[in-house]
Amino acid sequence: MEFTFLHVIFLAVAGFTLLCGLGVVVSRNLFHSAIWLIGAFAGVAAIYWLLEAEYLAIAQIMIYIGAIATLIVFAIMLSRGMMIGRAKMNNFQAGISAVVGILLFALLAFILLQVEWPVVQQAVVADPIPMMGQAFVTTYVIPFQVIAVLLSVALVGAIMIARER
Amino acid sequence: MNIFEFIRDPSQIGPWFHQLLLSAGMQEWVANLIGDVIGVLLIVGAVLTSAIFLIWLERKIAARLQDRVGPNRAGPYGLLQTLADIVKLLTKEDVTPDGADRVSFNLAPALMVMQIIMVAAIIPISAGLIGANLSVGLLYFIAMSGIASIGALMAGWASNNKYALLGGFRVVAQLLSYEIPLAFSLLAAVIWTGTMATNNLAMQQGELLFGFIPGWNILVMPFAALIFFIATLAEGERAPFDLLEAESEIVAGPNIEYSGLKFAWFYLQFFVNSLLLACIFTTVFLGGWQGPFVDQFPLLGIVYFFVKSLLVLLALMWVRATYPRLRIDQMMTFCWKVLVPVTLVVVLIVAIGARITPDRSINAVIISGANIVALLVTLGIIGRSLRRDVQRRKAALPGRSTAQV
Repeated sequence: MEFTFLHVIFLAVAGFTLLCGLGVVVSRNLFHSAIWLIGAFAGVAAIYWLLEAEYLAIAQIMIYIGAIATLIVFAIMLSRGMMIGRAKMNNFQAGISAVVGILLFALLAFILLQVEWPVVQQAVVADPIPMMGQAFVTTYVIPFQVIAVLLSVALVGAIMIARER
Repeated sequence: MNIFEFIRDPSQIGPWFHQLLLSAGMQEWVANLIGDVIGVLLIVGAVLTSAIFLIWLERKIAARLQDRVGPNRAGPYGLLQTLADIVKLLTKEDVTPDGADRVSFNLAPALMVMQIIMVAAIIPISAGLIGANLSVGLLYFIAMSGIASIGALMAGWASNNKYALLGGFRVVAQLLSYEIPLAFSLLAAVIWTGTMATNNLAMQQGELLFGFIPGWNILVMPFAALIFFIATLAEGERAPFDLLEAESEIVAGPNIEYSGLKFAWFYLQFFVNSLLLACIFTTVFLGGWQGPFVDQFPLLGIVYFFVKSLLVLLALMWVRATYPRLRIDQMMTFCWKVLVPVTLVVVLIVAIGARITPDRSINAVIISGANIVALLVTLGIIGRSLRRDVQRRKAALPGRSTAQV
């Protein structure tokens, strides 16, 4: 395989993502973990972008960085003592989680290496957004509607819970 | 290609430069890389230097609107005032407060400025003259404002200052809330024009309704444009929605502890963000670079675009200079109880109206009429509920005059 400029960018982005992922687990301050997590999300978005999946990359930034990371940061800030205090790195479950982690990694690596991934020699469609929109309101209209109802229910439910009585 | 061709159509310069590099014997990817790096540097340079002018403009216009003189000492009309301020900020001591979280403290201003530079990439200043005509342009614009709220929150937390943290919370609450009407009013425009790419949005609005009315989105959906403008005031952190820097309540927002150049970055983000929001408004609702004779002379597009954007910016400054600040609960109530339901109605109107007859011009008239009716109904409902509120308070406080309640 030829080593192209794209590989260099991919390696840099992947390295950045892995570094951020490592930062999430090794940093002692929870807020720093959250910041590393934002970096990891951004790295994944950049990988999507490299794969020319612009929509997925933007959705990643909007949902994971714009919403979920903000939520995590708020959760950390509102939990007493976690903001400033230095969290302990390990607890009594360290051994078990190490085993589970290694097994999960082995399983994923095995799947990744063993499965024949179907590869299609075809360029990505130039502007896939209209196609996606059409698919949402034709082929996938029922899942789309179900998700819409679910989200509305969640929104109304959250308001009902937060309401003062 | 000669120089006149460039002046007529400046968007030719990118492909021409690419061909030049290729003919010099470069490989495809090297030429692409050089072109992209130059494009990035141009946008970054334009964004960072435009702030110098914008700050002067804002101070001067706000002063004139409030019957003051404004900056008038440094240079003609005080034009060099900002340069003097920059020198002052550069020479100030760079203070990091005790107990601050150094990494986040230094990272926050960088994130804020990163947001404006990223957004600047999708502004089409003339036909095809754009950093990146992304197919997900408007979604990208909304995603980037999430980065700014993270930056503000980070600044508020890292300063180790309670006022700063409160300011950070307010920024996130405000930006996340007003993002909903912002996104929905953009969605209305996207449904009508059928594209999210910013350059295509501007191009689509070049169509003539009934053969002579410009098909600008503000004419098709005036109410959606008004909602976007209000949400823009909140996104741009401008009065009446500048709760996060409310000096009388929380001193100055998440940037209290910053000094010198780091403070300047927050300042820069504020002013350039306003210009970019005005540019997005122009692109989505005012037809972007569209105007008479723009087909023959694409260069005119730049003039039209900046005239329109600066007029929108003037409107933003006008509101900021004249309106008092809202209370935080009023601001949130207005967003969740007025803007959010109303934008849903507008999206519904546009979604139905866009398909109601096969003729786009007739559809545009229907949508426009429905928008105006929705605006009048909304104003009626708000007026009634406010009047009822006043009457209830009057009944609760019998001894006082109406002037006090």
